[in-house]
Amino acid sequence: MSDYSLAELLITAAAQAWTNDGEVMATGIGVLPRLGASLAKATTNPALMLTDGECLYTDPPTPPGRVADRAQAEGWAPYDRTFSTLWGGRRHAMVGPVQIDRFGQANINLIGPKAAPKVAMLGVRGFPGNSIHHPNSFFFPAHNSRAFVAGEVDYVCMAGYNPARYLDGRKPAGLDLRIIVTNLAVLDFQGPFHAIRVRSLHPGVGFDEVQDNTGFGLVRPDHIPTTAAPTAEQLALIAALDPQGARKTAFKGDPPGDRRQA
Amino acid sequence: MLDKRMTLDDVVDQLQDGMTIGIGGWATRRKPMALVRALARSRLKDLTIAAYGGPDVGLLAATGKIRKLIFAFVSLDQIPIEPHFKAARQAGLPVFELDEGMFHWGLRAAAMRLPFLPTRVGIGTDLVDQPELKTVKSPFDDGETLLAVPALRLDAALLHVHRADQQGATLTLSPDPFFDELMARAADKVFVTAEQVVPTAQLDMAANTRFNLFERALVTGVVEAPFGAHPTSAAPDYQLDLDHLKTYAASAADAQALDDYRAAFVEVDAKAYLAAVGGEARLRALSAPAY
Repeated sequence: MSDYSLAELLITAAAQAWTNDGEVMATGIGVLPRLGASLAKATTNPALMLTDGECLYTDPPTPPGRVADRAQAEGWAPYDRTFSTLWGGRRHAMVGPVQIDRFGQANINLIGPKAAPKVAMLGVRGFPGNSIHHPNSFFFPAHNSRAFVAGEVDYVCMAGYNPARYLDGRKPAGLDLRIIVTNLAVLDFQGPFHAIRVRSLHPGVGFDEVQDNTGFGLVRPDHIPTTAAPTAEQLALIAALDPQGARKTAFKGDPPGDRRQA
Repeated sequence: MLDKRMTLDDVVDQLQDGMTIGIGGWATRRKPMALVRALARSRLKDLTIAAYGGPDVGLLAATGKIRKLIFAFVSLDQIPIEPHFKAARQAGLPVFELDEGMFHWGLRAAAMRLPFLPTRVGIGTDLVDQPELKTVKSPFDDGETLLAVPALRLDAALLHVHRADQQGATLTLSPDPFFDELMARAADKVFVTAEQVVPTAQLDMAANTRFNLFERALVTGVVEAPFGAHPTSAAPDYQLDLDHLKTYAASAADAQALDDYRAAFVEVDAKAYLAAVGGEARLRALSAPAY
């Protein structure tokens, strides 16, 4: 019987994104990426700087659903400064787009034609600037071919490894896509010419299921490890970092991390 | 002594059809909503609106005031999708869209009276296909091709502040000043609504210099508008009103829902508005949101 949830597995997998980043701003958009960044700070990379999602850096990180404890503030992150920080490259964000394609191009703006979209969403927000200035990772709670699309995303908000869109034929210097954490697997960009590769499969998930739910071909290594289960120490830290239990509502029914025990 | 005090309707009278108007704040924070409602009530039309958008953009879209939107996002934060913006865009609202940082850059170019500022932001994305954006080649040895963000000149900027005096000296006390300073500098006319208009001495300016975002010489008019940012926040004076934002969002359900919302909350004066949203004591007691 596994004693960890899918949410906790994904938090632990997400935390690995920030292990080797050094002293940078860590931004996780959404409950699980945010807890992943918090877990990284509590374990492998204590130098990380995290905000409350508004404009204060706090240490320890502000739990999801909570207002910052002002006594824990350690810095100021108004939007003006956040733009300066990201243009300087000292940030690694994990974001949750609606669509991603084989180049790592990502979309949060709209579905359908640009002039009169079928579904209008947010706009491009800060995605274009983020994508070419600092490392980025991704989080998808529902890995399917509507999210992992064939062809290109409906609106390229984040630049990816698509030479046809480079100016001067050169990859933007700061373009650095790292990992994709989904409910099925962890992917990365370490295939040939940055092709998306399966890095690890979650317990009980096979390669074919991941490929069948992806609209483009995935690079399949000869040996694919199983995504590491959270340790007892990591589970205790996650519980402390999320006292309100926001992670428990990330997936309906809060399923176990090893689906064979669902 | 200069006296720039005026009413919401005086501000509307200084605006014209077809103008490009910048609205300060960010999403659900420190939006000049009393002034936005005055615009929604007015006969003004064909406006180009530039904003880090929230219910300001949504309400003006729902009331048919926007000819073109210049934006990086429109969102109610805790309610991610702004329903009136969503409907307008899906119906083909013309837009010029920018990354959040590019938008700042366009305002800065206007503030500096430059035609554009160069950036790498947008490279590799669909933003570059818009006719408003051009490329420019670095004249230095690197020869890099960059994007030119055009100056976002504004005919008017509408901003909400916490305190002002009658001459237009202001204090913006919230935790994040956003880009209101650049909007003020990018605009030909600046109209501020203030929670309180007080004698200059009460601004305690020597102690509050860091909350004074721009010079009074930029300010055309000052309107005292208590709770003038509601339902967005003007922290620390009051927080955003999530319950009202849900009521507002529900007004996008159909034409009748919008008519009902307008009758209850838009086509009313300040006193009736405050009563309709629960009164001063309720608004003062709103709790801070988590982000």
